[in-house]
Amino acid sequence: MVKPQDLGHIIDEHPFFQGLNAPLREALVCCAANERFVAGEHLFREGAEARKFYLIRQGQVAIEVEAPVRKPIILETLSDGEVLGWSWLVPPHRTAFTARAQTTVRVLSFDTTCLLKKMEADPALGFAVLRRFVPIMAHRLSAARLQLLDLYGPAMAAAPKAEKKPKTEKAVKASKGRNRSAVAALEGVRAEAQADKAALKLAKAKGEKPAKKKAKSS
Amino acid sequence: MTAQDPLMRAADPMLPRLFRVEKVRRELSDTFTMELVAEDGWEFVFQPGQFNMLYVFGVGEIPISISGDPADRSRLVHTTRAVGPVSQALDELKAGDSLGVRGPFGTTWPVEAAYGRDLIFVAGGVGLAPLRPAIYHAMANRERYGRVMVLYGARTPEDILYKKELERWRGRFDMDVLVTVDRATGKWGGNVGVVTNLVMKGGFDPLQTTAFICGPEVMMRYGAQAMEKRGVGRDHIWLSVERNMKCGCGLCGHCQWGPHFVCKDGPVFRYDRIADLFAISEL
Repeated sequence: MVKPQDLGHIIDEHPFFQGLNAPLREALVCCAANERFVAGEHLFREGAEARKFYLIRQGQVAIEVEAPVRKPIILETLSDGEVLGWSWLVPPHRTAFTARAQTTVRVLSFDTTCLLKKMEADPALGFAVLRRFVPIMAHRLSAARLQLLDLYGPAMAAAPKAEKKPKTEKAVKASKGRNRSAVAALEGVRAEAQADKAALKLAKAKGEKPAKKKAKSS
Repeated sequence: MTAQDPLMRAADPMLPRLFRVEKVRRELSDTFTMELVAEDGWEFVFQPGQFNMLYVFGVGEIPISISGDPADRSRLVHTTRAVGPVSQALDELKAGDSLGVRGPFGTTWPVEAAYGRDLIFVAGGVGLAPLRPAIYHAMANRERYGRVMVLYGARTPEDILYKKELERWRGRFDMDVLVTVDRATGKWGGNVGVVTNLVMKGGFDPLQTTAFICGPEVMMRYGAQAMEKRGVGRDHIWLSVERNMKCGCGLCGHCQWGPHFVCKDGPVFRYDRIADLFAISEL
């Protein structure tokens, strides 16, 4: 059983509540509880009343969208040190997504009915909580937008300009014809390279040390 | 010095050396790794971050970053994604085929300047390939760095490049590897979300950190911003930029990016020198 003073320590150590003064910290402790979820267990489900938010102390939580006739789609995962759930701040105070523990998860949960009452009574507490939530909301929005871009997909993996217009097989053949002279020149280079190699082998066979063996290629 | 001497050929950066494809390995459905050996039998020396111009005879030439171990001078390793006619032609090459190689060109990841600091690699998609030589260097000189971390983002679990190698690196006691995917498929139980989220999670000392970032340009921009948010100085963030390169050595100007030629002044740039250019969409 975690005592209220221990909850206070956990809040103190959690980066989310860094810089909180003692009275505000006490107000938060009054609404906090320690909870544990096993892998596969839901912390909350989409559309449910948002009665809690969580500070993840340990473990990984998947934010999911339920989809018919298929497995839930994982949108994001959250882990140690991160905050889960802000639907409680926004009417109609219902969770937008499902949160499921992927591993054993230890959290500090906050009763948001209790917290909202305290925030309404004490604007300083309301401000302290909101100023911690807003950057998280902004970060998640920005991350979601980046995710939408499909950064590593074919559209974003642009080929160099010279590669952008795929040539037809005919065009490639024509290009090969035009480049015959270049190929012939390279055949010359190849012959030189083979002569190089032969000379190197011969030198090795004779036990001679090649004059410039470790030449930089450029 | 004879006409056949590679030193002579090196003096002309426009003259390709002939290489033979030794081995081709399929990494992903559209991505492959080629191991090349010089037909002249001479070694190939490069620094992490540099690139070569690979010439498929009769088709064309493209810039591809070197992704092998800089300590292994006997072979040249390139990982390429087949997206255009030249890279698709490269994809069709088999062991024993020949191709032309010019290089190595460009600036390098400052692996030695980062000695004594935490070293964070942030890679997205095939952007892991240009970082791999620097990772090899960091592992070979592990005692010279503080914390070493690889933060890698891919589209799906099936698109994770160098999967076995990432698993091997993660198994080391002196290295942290965090992988995330944009979309979870199958039995994936790891992180889901953009790679910039890993930057916010990663446990490193921002004041003692050097970050190397490589991936799609949008990802690098946001990755660099996330590093800055964590407190890493702009002068300790390095990015590898990609532009349309032709000559590879600053002669033709095709890759001009503001005041820089990406082939000569890059591809590896310090963030504080290019951050403003990212804001100019016309570039």
